Amino acid sequence: MIYLTRRATFSASHYYWNPAWTAERNEQVFGRCANRNGHGHNYTLEVTVAGVPDPVTGFVIDLKGLKGIIEREVLAAWDHRHLNLETPEFAEAIPTTENLAIAAWKRLEPAVTTAGGARLSRVRVYETPEIFAEYRGEA
Amino acid sequence: MRAYFGRRYTISASHRLHTDALSAEENRATYGKCNNPHGHGHNYGLEVVVAGAVNPETGMVVDMAALDEVVRSRVVNRFDHANLNLDPLFVNRVPTTENLSRAVFALLKDDLPAGELERVRVVETENNFFECEGE
Repeated sequence: MIYLTRRATFSASHYYWNPAWTAERNEQVFGRCANRNGHGHNYTLEVTVAGVPDPVTGFVIDLKGLKGIIEREVLAAWDHRHLNLETPEFAEAIPTTENLAIAAWKRLEPAVTTAGGARLSRVRVYETPEIFAEYRGEA
Repeated sequence: MRAYFGRRYTISASHRLHTDALSAEENRATYGKCNNPHGHGHNYGLEVVVAGAVNPETGMVVDMAALDEVVRSRVVNRFDHANLNLDPLFVNRVPTTENLSRAVFALLKDDLPAGELERVRVVETENNFFECEGE
């Protein structure tokens, strides 16, 4: 089994807010991230697929194809967007880095599976170089 | 849903790789420049990965400020700008980065604010790093 990772970047804005809570509770739990005017990040997305290299091409997956999947499924929806206001998955869910990793997995998994050959193994989202979250498809 | 939250910290510390179990010549042969009697230092990168269910109320595996407090108080403040050889954890143990990653794992595993400690990675230089998963 070989694991292959493709990296992409996107820039987006967000804020953290749980509407079931008071403003004080939101500010206490989320700190500056609760500012309703939002703020932004340069995110890095790492998409890892697993598979056995094809005996003819030597590829686990066609990297151009994977790049296209990432651009169509994730970057087209999230890059230069306000995640809370413009993306359906965060109309209610809070766009934490953890939830971004899970949502990116849900966007990518069907297309990677359809492409054939490899399965999606891991999605990692860096919010800053010092902070990342990862989802591996676990329940 | 189970997800993983990773956070990176830095620690600047000095160490000397030397063991009394070997002769001076054997230490020099084993550890090379790292056996220099006066020690040397690194800017270590420390990566802490916490696994757990995403809390539906917060969207988080672990509160980052709470994690920072634990890692800084138990690990960063202990080792940053210090000589690792003088720490009680390394009195009878060579402060290789393998052993440092194990020490950091042990210092953190029972004190996380949420989730479980998945992995500690210590980056010694841009060309080498060491990981401990508690095995």
